[in-house]
Amino acid sequence: MSFLEYAPAPESTAVLNLRDQYGLFIDGEFVDGRGTPFQTISPATEARIAMISNANEADVSDAVAAARRAYDRTWSRMSGRDRGKYLFRIARLVQERARELAVAESLDNGKPIKESRDVDVPLVAAWFFYYAGWADKLDHAGLGANPRALGVAAQVIPWNFPLLMLAWKIAPALAAGNTVVLKPAETTPLTALIFAEILQQADLPPGVVNIVTGAGDTGAALVAHEGVDKVAFTGSTAVGRAIAKQIAGTDKKATLELGGKAANIVFDDAPIDQAVEGIVNGIFFNQGHVCCAGSRLLVQENIHDEVVDRLKNRLSTLRLGDPLDKNTDIGAINSREQLDRIRELSDLGEAEGAERWSAPCEIPENGFWFAPTIFTGVQTSSRIARDEIFGPVLSVLTFRTPAEAIAKANNTPYGLSAGIWSDKGSRILAVADQLRAGVIWANTFNRFDPASPFGGYKESGYGREGGRHGLAAYLAPTPIGGQAAVARSASRAAVGASGASGAAVEAEPKTRHTRATRTAKAATKGSKR
Amino acid sequence: MSRLAVPKTYKLYIGGAFPRSESGRTYEVRSATGAFLANAAKGSRKDARDAVVAARSAVGGWAGATAYNRGQVLYRIAELLEGRRAQFVAEIEEAEGVTRAVASAQVDEAIDRWVWYAGWADKFAQVAGNANPVAGPYFNISVPEPTGVVAIIAPQGSSLLGFVSAVAPALVAGNAVVVVASERFPLSAISLAEVLATSDVPKGVVNVLTGSPAEIAPWLASHADVNALDLVGAGDLDWVDLEIAAADTLKRVLRPEQGPDAAAPALGRISAFTETKTVWHTKSMK
Repeated sequence: MSFLEYAPAPESTAVLNLRDQYGLFIDGEFVDGRGTPFQTISPATEARIAMISNANEADVSDAVAAARRAYDRTWSRMSGRDRGKYLFRIARLVQERARELAVAESLDNGKPIKESRDVDVPLVAAWFFYYAGWADKLDHAGLGANPRALGVAAQVIPWNFPLLMLAWKIAPALAAGNTVVLKPAETTPLTALIFAEILQQADLPPGVVNIVTGAGDTGAALVAHEGVDKVAFTGSTAVGRAIAKQIAGTDKKATLELGGKAANIVFDDAPIDQAVEGIVNGIFFNQGHVCCAGSRLLVQENIHDEVVDRLKNRLSTLRLGDPLDKNTDIGAINSREQLDRIRELSDLGEAEGAERWSAPCEIPENGFWFAPTIFTGVQTSSRIARDEIFGPVLSVLTFRTPAEAIAKANNTPYGLSAGIWSDKGSRILAVADQLRAGVIWANTFNRFDPASPFGGYKESGYGREGGRHGLAAYLAPTPIGGQAAVARSASRAAVGASGASGAAVEAEPKTRHTRATRTAKAATKGSKR
Repeated sequence: MSRLAVPKTYKLYIGGAFPRSESGRTYEVRSATGAFLANAAKGSRKDARDAVVAARSAVGGWAGATAYNRGQVLYRIAELLEGRRAQFVAEIEEAEGVTRAVASAQVDEAIDRWVWYAGWADKFAQVAGNANPVAGPYFNISVPEPTGVVAIIAPQGSSLLGFVSAVAPALVAGNAVVVVASERFPLSAISLAEVLATSDVPKGVVNVLTGSPAEIAPWLASHADVNALDLVGAGDLDWVDLEIAAADTLKRVLRPEQGPDAAAPALGRISAFTETKTVWHTKSMK
């Protein structure tokens, strides 16, 4: 037994108090869905955890109607101070039930308990705590005085950070005064349903948050619903594109957090040990099921061999296995479907001539697993350098000059995140300026904080989540007033001279353009981010 | 004895030059009373694509200029517009059939909006960005950056003010633009292009197309090298199809605006075509 072989140390599932079946959470109560129920399984064992209700279009309509009622009668009339207090309550309840949520998350998603316990769930509480304080301070959000809520928000989230993505969506929406219908991913509904119990404990008014479980068609029905004012989606670029088309011509506002293919740039003066840890964290955190994962390592040519050797050494020490074991580094791939995709793209990488190396680890008999894998000798044109794999697969490319690193980093339709490793501050800032990505981590990677805006450039989507900017996604400026008040009245005077009416016109057209309804229905599915 | 006037040939403005449409097409522009004013170039798909190429090659330099520099360049445009007031007033009087007072008011407001937006260039980032107090030893800052190439369908009911109201805010943050001018009132847009050509705006930063927005807009909406689409003046077009086409590359889209307050000066018009970049850096004494 080497010093790396630890005795099993599984987290107890005794903290869980799971039901055999879960209904939809509509208007403050659990109700049966009218679609065919489905099971949610543990991807580590393929064992059933619970039966989950499936929301059909009528259920979605009920949820949207409940959210509308709650918006009209309760939530939009409540003071910001009281909305904030509800959010503070939720934050505290999440902290109180943190271990239970972490265990449930690891069980349902397959991620290591050390991540759900130390990253996901603490961030969930932090997200609610942060936005709770905003609820009565919206005048300071940068949109002028008295910004208004949008109404009912339809939120569709992915399976990679099930509860954290729920928090990213629900906390700012409620703080801004919107009500919510949220659809968790098909494979990871469990923690959202436990969260519904937390909302009951918090005594949140019925209908303010509704949770409808189901597959892609449930999400599509929700996004398409006429009673929805706002769509927030995290998932694949393909689905995000379909949603953008679907809501074209409507008054719906959208926030889209889509795919990524982040470059992690390592210069030869970087602190190599830290960089290696950062590379590992960048692509193997959460089995690489991270939209902002540093999946393209751009390493300066003269340190390529050293970095790759050290990476292989480090990866050889990672422990793959039971997500509930406290010593596990790499958990299970979330689904068979995702595992198939990772395998397919990895095989393609080999076929295209890249050299494949996988960490030597024992793969459990049941469940879905993929050993941490590195490809070297990857061409920029290769599929594994271009497509989002969304798994524990790193493509290594090289560069000689900062200009080449920047050109290669930006050579992608995505633009979500990037990493820079160097000891030279001025170079880091200059390179950061040139990278077309929404989040840049310098000498760190995969850091998240409720105060820090997150979101993409280009085809990684639009809108930001987190921070003051995240509030703007759920607010509209009051048409008259704000920063433009003086200039607006001046312009009206000028126009008034030509005899035109001086009546204020809202920034967005009021009428719903009917042609939008004939656009193709999006196969809305919270598949990934 | 009256002097015989020398009429101007109105062409496109692409990459700092004034080419005719590659299609060789023109269309008649007539005054409010029906008198012939000019044969404006009728821009084509190829012209639109050339304009996008010009804008793409210009965006790096313009976005990379200091905010102070961009502010001065934009202010300089207002200075030059002021010097050409009489020309624009006469052009608007004739084209729109309005009184001199109304035309003057439009020109005044257009100039004042340039000044208003010019002043934002080196302040906008301070209002739209901020430091973020994250829970850890990190320096963390969010700053707005230009989205890139912005295609604009200018307001169709106005010669100068609508055009300026849509173009100026997109330039503040450092975007390069391709603008389809008002189909009915295109001449002031080209005269403004002459101002831009003789000011300090780098070539390619503003590209002006005249012709049929209904014909040109779909090529811009579907162009993969366009990052954002301002449909402010597209209300009478089949703009839903434009928004659908724009979704193919997830362009940022501003929907049409109608009425006297369309494209009213607002910080939101600047921020609509920016991307928030957040940079994290570790803090350590080691």
